Amino acid sequence: MISKEQLEKIAMSEEEYNLVVERLNREPTDVELGMFSALWSEHCGYKHTRPLFQFFPTEGKRVLSKTGEENAGAIDLGDGDVAVFKVESHNHPSAVEPYEGAATGVGGILRDIFAMGMRPIALLDSLRFGDLAQGRTKYLLDGVISGISGYGNCVGVPTVGGEIFFDDSFTGNPLVNVMCVGTGKKDDLISATAEGLENPLILVGSDTGRDGIHGATFASVDLSEDSVSDRPAVQVGNPFMEKLLMEACVELAQQHKEWIVGLQDLGAAGLTSSALEAAERGRCGVEIDIAKVPQRESKMTGYEIMLSESQERMLVIAKKEHEQNVIDHFKKWELSANVVGKVINGENVIIKNEDEILADSKINIITDAPTYNLLDKEHLNDYPFSDPNMPVIDDLKDPNQALVEMLSLPNLSSKQFAFQQYDHQVQNNTIIKPGFGAAIIRVPGTDKALAMTTDCNPRKVQIDPYTGSQIAVAEAARNLVAVGAKPLALTDCLNFGNPDNDVVAFQLVNSVKGIADAANILDTPVISGNASLYNETINGSIAPTPVIGMVGLIENISKKLVRKISNNKKLLLLGSELNQDFSSLAGSEYYYSKTKSHSGVISIDMQFEKKIQDCVLNLFAKGLVSNAQDIADGGLLIAIAELCMNYSVGFTAQDVDLSGRLDATFFGEKESRLLICTDEENINAIFDYAKQLSVPCEEIGTFHNDKHEKKLIFGPVDIKLSELNIAHEKTF
Amino acid sequence: MKVAIVVFPGTWSDEDCVYAMQQVGAEPYKVWHTEKKLGNPDLVIIPGGFSYGDYLRCGAIARFSNIMEDIITYAKSGGLVIGICNGFQILCESGLLPGVLIRNDSLQFRCQDTFLKLNDNVIDSPFLNSINESPSLKIPISHGSGNYFADKSTLKSLLKNNRIAFQYSNPNGIIDSIYNPNGSIANIAGILNEHGNVLGMMPHPERACDNLIGGEDGNYIWKSVIESLKK
Repeated sequence: MISKEQLEKIAMSEEEYNLVVERLNREPTDVELGMFSALWSEHCGYKHTRPLFQFFPTEGKRVLSKTGEENAGAIDLGDGDVAVFKVESHNHPSAVEPYEGAATGVGGILRDIFAMGMRPIALLDSLRFGDLAQGRTKYLLDGVISGISGYGNCVGVPTVGGEIFFDDSFTGNPLVNVMCVGTGKKDDLISATAEGLENPLILVGSDTGRDGIHGATFASVDLSEDSVSDRPAVQVGNPFMEKLLMEACVELAQQHKEWIVGLQDLGAAGLTSSALEAAERGRCGVEIDIAKVPQRESKMTGYEIMLSESQERMLVIAKKEHEQNVIDHFKKWELSANVVGKVINGENVIIKNEDEILADSKINIITDAPTYNLLDKEHLNDYPFSDPNMPVIDDLKDPNQALVEMLSLPNLSSKQFAFQQYDHQVQNNTIIKPGFGAAIIRVPGTDKALAMTTDCNPRKVQIDPYTGSQIAVAEAARNLVAVGAKPLALTDCLNFGNPDNDVVAFQLVNSVKGIADAANILDTPVISGNASLYNETINGSIAPTPVIGMVGLIENISKKLVRKISNNKKLLLLGSELNQDFSSLAGSEYYYSKTKSHSGVISIDMQFEKKIQDCVLNLFAKGLVSNAQDIADGGLLIAIAELCMNYSVGFTAQDVDLSGRLDATFFGEKESRLLICTDEENINAIFDYAKQLSVPCEEIGTFHNDKHEKKLIFGPVDIKLSELNIAHEKTF
Repeated sequence: MKVAIVVFPGTWSDEDCVYAMQQVGAEPYKVWHTEKKLGNPDLVIIPGGFSYGDYLRCGAIARFSNIMEDIITYAKSGGLVIGICNGFQILCESGLLPGVLIRNDSLQFRCQDTFLKLNDNVIDSPFLNSINESPSLKIPISHGSGNYFADKSTLKSLLKNNRIAFQYSNPNGIIDSIYNPNGSIANIAGILNEHGNVLGMMPHPERACDNLIGGEDGNYIWKSVIESLKK
């Protein structure tokens, strides 16, 4: 019988161990236990989240893959073009070793995309950090950004967007979520399947070392003060090797697809999850001889080899007759390629060391991780953050000063310090660069373009997990609509605390339901995703952060897109009255910066959200709108200031009634609102169309782009553009 | 114009160069680093990237690759060679251009638009001859080691012989250290060999080839080469 300490080391409960014994009808061997524990980790097994995925809408007329069946979700762009995308977390490794943690996070998600035979065309990073006043936060921030830059830039895939958000709950447990988008031809899509008796399993890329052993398990326990001693559980990246792998795999898909049956990357749980998942998809058995696995270190055990998370490795399931062709193909790219096993009859995985059998078990009893149903945690009587009563604060007295302070807050200030470290242009398809709303990337070789974004305001999810998660989906879609793109589908990364905690369970269940309901209404199916639980520090759980990555389509890029605001353009507010009341400050950056309070009631009407998004897309299609900007973090005045700064223009509001609370009108974050820019002669047509749809719409003011000094003037606000820029740039 | 684009395993600007060449009506073809001959090009481009990973000094291993020998022969016989970014680093490592590119003074990677002032007195060069009168060219950089350095005598000779092609400036062509993105000596962004047939530059002209993706100023260089080949 196994000891408690041993089980603790592999993060397996006694009940789970007993289940292993029951399923095997005997005690597991070392290697078997390693494989069970890795695939039953939360990271690989989705033990707490899998039962929730049933709520997600996963189908749609453009969806080509079923969620979870392949490495990433695929959508049809028409004319044989396909986009694949996925977001994945690398939180725990980044908490202890920020550079390599973030770098290998980038590497891992890239492999998910090119394992499908598609070329990665864009990366986005959704990052969350703690209190900047804590010394280690700055170290983590710098390390993560250098890691992303160091890896992504070397591989030659542009990093085109993402967010960086600060909240004290992330102190000691930053979030590093990386999304990758790839494109290619539908015919070149490759499945991650193993099948065909005697077909060889060829391991390609780096040698296997002792790095990252049990990384998946490490990602599935709470971080503690001792976590720094887990640095060996963090892998080290080699982006040059990744670049070779990427080119070799994409070329294989495009030119020699008939040589192979499947391609699967080695990520969490290394060779174990890679081989077993591929075999399970193909309903076949596999045999691996660990003696044939090239090893970086001497005397590695079967356990270590099967669980190593050494980076930059791929498993190719080749057709027997093309074995040598495949090996030669990778050799051309100077990559080592070795047959390490084969497809066998039956449904077992057999791990050998030459003649010695180290493991022999049915595959499905390993891959079918037990699940824990959290659905009975959907209701919680005393959710601690949902106090509907907001402590009242005085209205703002000096609006100029308030605007300057807002623009300098870490969450609202310019993130160019990070974006300028990312190569965001390589591949010559970047139409909108990071920092200007959603990124727009041309689909290589076509007139189509994809708009892409990541979004999630954890504070709103903390106040109300269901509504806050709906808002995350709505804001992601609104970001895309603001650049004239039709949202197509989403990927999600569920970053939460320890699900054994009732509050976290409540957050998780309601968040998933919120995402599901919002995705249904906006017709953006969930095509891929990832979960990262156990994001806990000595100070408790992180703010719940279901990061939404979304991709939208622009059918003909050459007709779209005016990247300037000319003199005398008019600005219209769409979606609400101008004046707002105190309640619109709930969940806002402004209110939190004044009170540090998670109180109030946030709300969103998803049907109305859908209506306003359709309205803006139709206005773009009619040619009535030149630019748009969604109103989100920071509220109306921040959105206007961003337009002024991004396009280097001045703005003067007309003589509007400002009878409401100024702080709420300027900085309130009522949902479902956008700003649109247009020419004077289009205004009536826009009003008419908005009226037909019962969408509130009013004219706010005029942009200036002439030789006069550029200023933002809005009621009591009167400030130079140069001062806004200084405030926006000064924090980092 | 036939253009040989040299590809090392870690090169990532090769496709961008192909795209830029197509934009100006040239005929690009790729040459894999293990080849021994360039073929018969009118122009050779050594594009950006991380040649062999560049874990050692940038370009330090690339200079020993098979294809370099023919590139050196080609350049020494007057053939046109441009090295962009990592290509510039490789040209310096292989001795076709003087000096070295060290780590940016910020110690960080930089990807941003830069404005380049063309040296008014630059020596005769097919790359620059027909660049028009605009005060500066808007061409982006993307590098971690683009900080050009040369010893005093080399710099003096570059200046004296008018071999500095481009310097970082503002949009109006005013050269000042505040417009220098990487700390390079004398704001140097690109230099020529003594005959003007080898150009090395850190900024990426192949990325400034299409207004949809941010500008076309890079095309001036390719068009200049096309013009000079007509003569």
